[in-house]
Amino acid sequence: MSLPLAYAWSRPAARIQRIMFEISNVSQRFGERHVLKDISLRIGERRVGVIGANGSGKSTFVRLLNGLLIPDEGTVTVDGIDTRTDVKAVRRKVGFVFQNPDNQIVFPVVEEDLEFGLKNLKLSKQEIASRIDSILGKYKLEHLRQCAAHLLSGGEKQMLAISAVLVMEPSYVVFDEPMTLLDLRNKKLVLDTIHAIEQPIILVTHDLEHLEEFERVIVFEDGQVVADGAPDDAIRYYTQAMA
Amino acid sequence: MLSLYVPGDTIVHRIPAGIKLLILVIGSMALFVISNIPVHVAELLIIAALFQVARLPWKDTLRQLRTALIFMVPIFLFHVFLTDWMLGLETVLRILVLLLLAVLVTLTTKVSDMMDVLERVVRPLKHLGVNPSKVSMMLSMVIRFIPMMMREAQEILEAQRARGLDRNAIALLMPLLIKTLKMADDLSESIEARGYDPEPVVPVWKRRG
Repeated sequence: MSLPLAYAWSRPAARIQRIMFEISNVSQRFGERHVLKDISLRIGERRVGVIGANGSGKSTFVRLLNGLLIPDEGTVTVDGIDTRTDVKAVRRKVGFVFQNPDNQIVFPVVEEDLEFGLKNLKLSKQEIASRIDSILGKYKLEHLRQCAAHLLSGGEKQMLAISAVLVMEPSYVVFDEPMTLLDLRNKKLVLDTIHAIEQPIILVTHDLEHLEEFERVIVFEDGQVVADGAPDDAIRYYTQAMA
Repeated sequence: MLSLYVPGDTIVHRIPAGIKLLILVIGSMALFVISNIPVHVAELLIIAALFQVARLPWKDTLRQLRTALIFMVPIFLFHVFLTDWMLGLETVLRILVLLLLAVLVTLTTKVSDMMDVLERVVRPLKHLGVNPSKVSMMLSMVIRFIPMMMREAQEILEAQRARGLDRNAIALLMPLLIKTLKMADDLSESIEARGYDPEPVVPVWKRRG
């Protein structure tokens, strides 16, 4: 499928108050595959959606944003910090929630898993305890505090994974298809949670209807940005291209 | 044996993990030095009382121990026929006490607390290039992922049975290995994303100055 690139909308820079993520001329290859082709973007909105077919490069793209992946070519900066020079600082700023909650819960018991990130931040014991109390209260997970992680339901696991990221109080949060493996009820729960987060977020998803209230939607196709703008326009473009 | 922590706030739970592990280590050694059946019976009773104090579910514990208990029979019979039954009884009692003591400690101690102790114990090995925090992290992940791997194996078996394949070790092993590697990959990303950054450890022979 070949798509005209002329569809790419350019967004007036004046509407961005502050540049949070700046991606300049980034290319990425995995062996023979050219996964990202010369991407340049500035992101400063509070709610940004990323969509695209499987294998379009969107997951690779978001992995650049917290230094999980350092680009082959080009630079990625977060609040002016280059992921290549200070990846630790970038990771402290950008929380990352993955698709499969099972593979991101590290410790056997809920409370221990929440502690993990906080210990990495080298916080004091009192601070760790108070942050865990408040996050468990906020997301109504208090009754699961001492539960074995492998006995939680799918929705509870994803809520734990999200809490474990939010408890670290990152400046931004990236979600990579956080609802793909969930049933309808839990999808709604996770979606409501994501909508309510104070921090600016970047959400990769296949559920287009979730992006209607977003400020900006970026469409990936074959390692390139083929549409970028208001949700209506971007989603219309994407659904037409997929048809 | 997949005994995991049973939350509680009894006195047994509140004994520091280090002390519980120390008792376990010393106790298991003492067990093989002491050769006195009444003493072993008394130990068994004390442990049973501690299970009661810790309000642990007896049924679950016994079910977990079932396989181990079945092994007691041939061990006992072996001694009855080849040595004498008193020695057999003593051996079985020793193993029982040891098993129950270990289960008592695992059921009443949080993994993270045990890991903290382990980290402290392993710390001297730092000079040999062993990273204590990595060792403890590794062990706690083993505990976290054993139930998950068992479920994965179950799923693979079901999928294979649905397509008419009976139990076949090799047919199970390959997909399980691939799934495990994928899981490890995802997990390492998630650990990195949450800022895991253990202090680097330099062995003594590579240090300068």
